[in-house]
Amino acid sequence: MSWRLWVPLFVFALFLGLAAYQLTQPKDEFIESRMVGEELPYFDLPPATDGVEGVSNATFADGKPRLLNIWASWCLPCIAEAPHLESLKQQGVEIVGVAIRDRPEDVARFLAQHGNPYSRIGRDDLSEVQLAIGSSGVPETFVIDGKGAIRYQHIGDIRAEDVPVLLEKLAEAGE
Amino acid sequence: MIAELGLAALWLAAALAALQMVAGFMAVRDDGSSALAGLIRPAAIVQGVLVTFAFAMLVWLFAITDLSVKLVVANSHSMKPLIFKLSGTWGNHEGSMLLWVMVMGLAGALIALVERRLPERTMNATLAAQGVVSLGFYAFLLFSSNPFERLPTPVAEGMGLNPLLQDVGMAFHPPTLYVGYVGVSVAFSFAVGALLTRHVTPDFARAMRPWVLAAWIFLTLGITAGSYWAYYELGWGGWWFWDPVENAALMPWLAATALLHSASVLASRDALRTWTIMLGVVAFSMSMVGTFLVRSGILTSVHAFAVDPERGTFILALLAIFIGGALLLFALRANTISEGERFALASREGALVFNNVMLSAILAIVLLGTLYPLLTEAFDVRVSVGPPYFNPVGAIFVVPMLVVMAVGPLLRWRQDRVDRIGKEVALFGALVLAALILFSLLAEIAILPLLGLALGIGLAVASLLPLRGRKLSRTPLSTWGMVVAHFGIAVALLGMASESAFTKERLAALEEGGSASVGPWTVVLQGVEPVAGPNWTAIQARLAASYDGGEARVLTPQARNFWAPPQQTTESALATRWNGQLYAVVGDRAPDGRWQLRLWWKPLVPLIWYGGLLVALGGVLALIGRVITDIRNRRLAKRIAERRADRDALA
Repeated sequence: MSWRLWVPLFVFALFLGLAAYQLTQPKDEFIESRMVGEELPYFDLPPATDGVEGVSNATFADGKPRLLNIWASWCLPCIAEAPHLESLKQQGVEIVGVAIRDRPEDVARFLAQHGNPYSRIGRDDLSEVQLAIGSSGVPETFVIDGKGAIRYQHIGDIRAEDVPVLLEKLAEAGE
Repeated sequence: MIAELGLAALWLAAALAALQMVAGFMAVRDDGSSALAGLIRPAAIVQGVLVTFAFAMLVWLFAITDLSVKLVVANSHSMKPLIFKLSGTWGNHEGSMLLWVMVMGLAGALIALVERRLPERTMNATLAAQGVVSLGFYAFLLFSSNPFERLPTPVAEGMGLNPLLQDVGMAFHPPTLYVGYVGVSVAFSFAVGALLTRHVTPDFARAMRPWVLAAWIFLTLGITAGSYWAYYELGWGGWWFWDPVENAALMPWLAATALLHSASVLASRDALRTWTIMLGVVAFSMSMVGTFLVRSGILTSVHAFAVDPERGTFILALLAIFIGGALLLFALRANTISEGERFALASREGALVFNNVMLSAILAIVLLGTLYPLLTEAFDVRVSVGPPYFNPVGAIFVVPMLVVMAVGPLLRWRQDRVDRIGKEVALFGALVLAALILFSLLAEIAILPLLGLALGIGLAVASLLPLRGRKLSRTPLSTWGMVVAHFGIAVALLGMASESAFTKERLAALEEGGSASVGPWTVVLQGVEPVAGPNWTAIQARLAASYDGGEARVLTPQARNFWAPPQQTTESALATRWNGQLYAVVGDRAPDGRWQLRLWWKPLVPLIWYGGLLVALGGVLALIGRVITDIRNRRLAKRIAERRADRDALA
């Protein structure tokens, strides 16, 4: 019996094993940013509406860890996460917002309706900053350490169970 | 009632497939003495009729838009034009699987009706294998993708067919590919039948060859049509993207091409027995692997099929049974089959073997590239494999294959000397060399397109040489088929190389009345207006395009909005001349009121698809030639038998 005749079956078995393994893996729809662990790129955004300050990468370089929240007034999950951002703020977290493809009047209306947890809100009309830091949707929240490096990425709206995780990551970033 | 009739017919057909399988295997074991042996062929024939009936019922449901059937609701809409209502039958997972089993049932019925050359035992084994494959697909349909499922309560309106699929090309593309896949499955059944009975003879190759040829013709047409569809419908200006779904069609085509050539060697020279069997199994596994990859959603693709991991698991299980079983059988049995006749390296067989190896290498490269993301994802690394891998790595094997393809048909069977065809080889070499020098002097072209142009020209001439010195009217059709198909490859190659070497692209933002030029074309944006179709509205740009200052042609690219389901598509507009195509796409309106236009001038690009059609035409000629020869031989054999019977009676 020639061993060579078994080669095709062996190769096929490898393929089957691989395919079966991949089928049992949950399909991960989220795209993780490659910028996690990297420093923020340079950017300087104007204020998103009257009465708030704009955001630049220099904002993050003063030694204090912060949350960078990518959101938009037109985004429904952003409404859902607003109370949790508020509770983070009350626990002493500084949250910097970047409003994606938004209008100043809409931003003001959103803040009036759902509260303003942000210390600053930058206006990113072309998703430039969003794409540069590797975010593919709204809302997304990044933990930035005191040197301006991205330490953690949270994709999707913040739910009650995510609040302690984010607090922990912020504490780690502050060490 | 219609849906229930269809479902009942499907269940009955499945039962007959089971009967065909059991009776077939029993007949192989006891040499056809069992009482069930007489039922095998009728079972295959009635099964074909029943499954065709089931498919007809589904088409009827779509034609009358029966909104109590889940599949119709999910994929149709009462406002759709009739042709797209009908093509909606197979524009979805369940319907297309039913189409698959219908074609398979018809193929089984046809073998059972006409194939009488093989020994009865091999025939029974073949039909039994066919029964196993069919039964697997019936189970898949009935248990996980029932097309006739009713909704608890009928709804008022359907959800519509994906607008990208509302295109005449798309109405024909899937059935074409399916006929191809199924033809390959018939070749698989023949291979398994031959392995089971250890009967691998030229007769087996001759019985299998028309099926491989037919499958190959349809795969060629399917790939050509699919490529053209992607070219003008997706609006990206490319004609091949190395997308998993395209590869899923290309891989069985490569395997079928290799099988076709090795079956020819087996049929005329009784050589390459195990290799032919192996290719029969590989060709079908490629079509199954392709189906699995695109239907399970395990790989991401531009073809967004309705993916479903459960169905993926089912197809994987079928794959394990069919292919695993066949390969196991191969490992156990193949060493009892002798390799057959020997031949010299410099001979027609030698050239065919060389090309078979090259085709298999290309197949391995495409398969590896397609599966590579799957492999790396197991280690949490996401990659996508694209043209930078496929093109150069594939070329390593395509180039020698093209060279041998040019000279191989000139060689004689069994043994030949290369110096006998020295003149022809020199002509081919001189043409390729001259083209290489000429093009590299004339323009700056990357190495692959340059090689493609030179080899295309050389091959176009060389492929016609087998006709030299022959009386054209007496040349067998199958030889004509070979010549036309090889010439078609050269034509397609020229188109591909020219497209990649000479394409000019222009992205322009124009005001109404503004103009832009690309290559020899000047395009004026005359206006932009809204238009409406039966189930869409669109922004339509009116462009006046003139070639080299000549008379202007009006082009109307559109950005269409469908409302059922809501989706935006781009309709590109093409201006075709003998020497190429102008390709125009209209994009969004910039804030300053200008319109974005994307223009390409693609010299000789239509040759790609003309070449594909020529290749398929070559296949058709060969198929007709083979079938006519078969019929003639059969009549001859009958007449000889009659005469012998007469003589015996006289004596």
